[in-house]
Amino acid sequence: MGRASDQCGAGGRATLLVLADGRFPAGGHAHSGGVEAAVRAGRVDGVATLALFCRGRLQTAGLVAAALAAAAAAGTDPLELDALADARTPSPALRATARRLGRQVMRAARVIWPGGELDRLAALRPRGAHHPVVLGVAARSAGLGDEDAAYCCAYEAAQGPVTAAVRLLGLDPFEATAVLARLAPEIDRVVADAVRAAHTGTEALPAASAPLLDITAEAHAAWPVRLFTS
Amino acid sequence: MHLGHPHMPTEAGGDAPARTVRPEGTRRALRIGLGGPVGSGKTATVAALCRALRARLSLAVVTNDIYTREDAEFLLREAVLPPERIKAVETGACPHTAIRDDISANLEAVEDLEDAVGPLDLILVESGGDNLTATFSRGLVDAQIFVIDVAGGDDIPRKGGPGVTNADLLVINKTDLAPYVGSDLDRMARDARERRGTLPSVMTSLKEADGVAPVARWVTDQLAAWVA
Repeated sequence: MGRASDQCGAGGRATLLVLADGRFPAGGHAHSGGVEAAVRAGRVDGVATLALFCRGRLQTAGLVAAALAAAAAAGTDPLELDALADARTPSPALRATARRLGRQVMRAARVIWPGGELDRLAALRPRGAHHPVVLGVAARSAGLGDEDAAYCCAYEAAQGPVTAAVRLLGLDPFEATAVLARLAPEIDRVVADAVRAAHTGTEALPAASAPLLDITAEAHAAWPVRLFTS
Repeated sequence: MHLGHPHMPTEAGGDAPARTVRPEGTRRALRIGLGGPVGSGKTATVAALCRALRARLSLAVVTNDIYTREDAEFLLREAVLPPERIKAVETGACPHTAIRDDISANLEAVEDLEDAVGPLDLILVESGGDNLTATFSRGLVDAQIFVIDVAGGDDIPRKGGPGVTNADLLVINKTDLAPYVGSDLDRMARDARERRGTLPSVMTSLKEADGVAPVARWVTDQLAAWVA
């Protein structure tokens, strides 16, 4: 798969499956990727609108996360990337969510693929670095490459909302998963763009934004009753 | 590593216990989980335990509400502990996932409490109301209490399941309701013994003064073993 895996022989395809698994124990199950707010607003009410939502999230938050993760996996300074992630996340609620998920990936990864780079980042950002940055460093610690890390983030950008929408709307799980399957070629393209940007340099990292996701995340964070944390 | 502390006596036997030392080298708090079906009295038991133990122990509570912060807010309203000692975890519609399959958010809450108000002797982790199969990961808690109640049906101990059978302590709550709902307490106690072998069960009525005493005694014993 990714470059690093070809070079060092560790971190092959099976390792990528472990890291990308929706059941990887890093707290993702409690987050909806913004789809809970979209369901409440009536913007997502079935598989067709879910597909549109996921496509939008993939092309914006997903692309940005994939590029940050690829850069981190390629060895770019994680603290620099963490600052760049902050600059690309205008919503305080989403910044808090990203750091929280980053902290949770860190906790899992330090047990599963322990390594000095993870320890250093954990010491420098004890309350959590941004999720894609930690994910990239974790992928590196697992012997995975930049492309692998980008795949994890791009896939998660769509997979998280799909899983949450199944619970929120009682969707047919086969049709919901078909939404993901149909997005696969687009996920491939997003990953290719993300890796290309990461290779060019940090100044080339994408900054695509989804203002409605930012706004609804702020509102969602203030709801007294909700099923998902974000 | 510390020997002789409480452990989850599953038939699968002894896995390595969860790390018992905090990064700065001090012993972390004993963590006890409380699980059980919706409405069996988990939150009331936590509140009563806090009242019974707070004078002599440094305590904190993590609640896992299913879709609100009601359990945490109940504990705050009852003022069983200062607010900085109570933390709510949101579980994404899956309370059992947050205590068993993916314990990340709960571990974070536990660590945050120890950082903010530690050193702590004891942290109670209350699960969201769930079903009879919900049990805690040993990576999250050192021992677990399963709370059922007589009004949920006196056949629950007989039905067994992971919570009833394997929890370190089974609490059969609301014994005061038994005559009104036609539950046979002797039968429940007998069935619990049969299911649980040597593992302890207690009956409680939290309506009575000091009704939580049998649970508080058990918790105190666990803590004595933990610090021994």
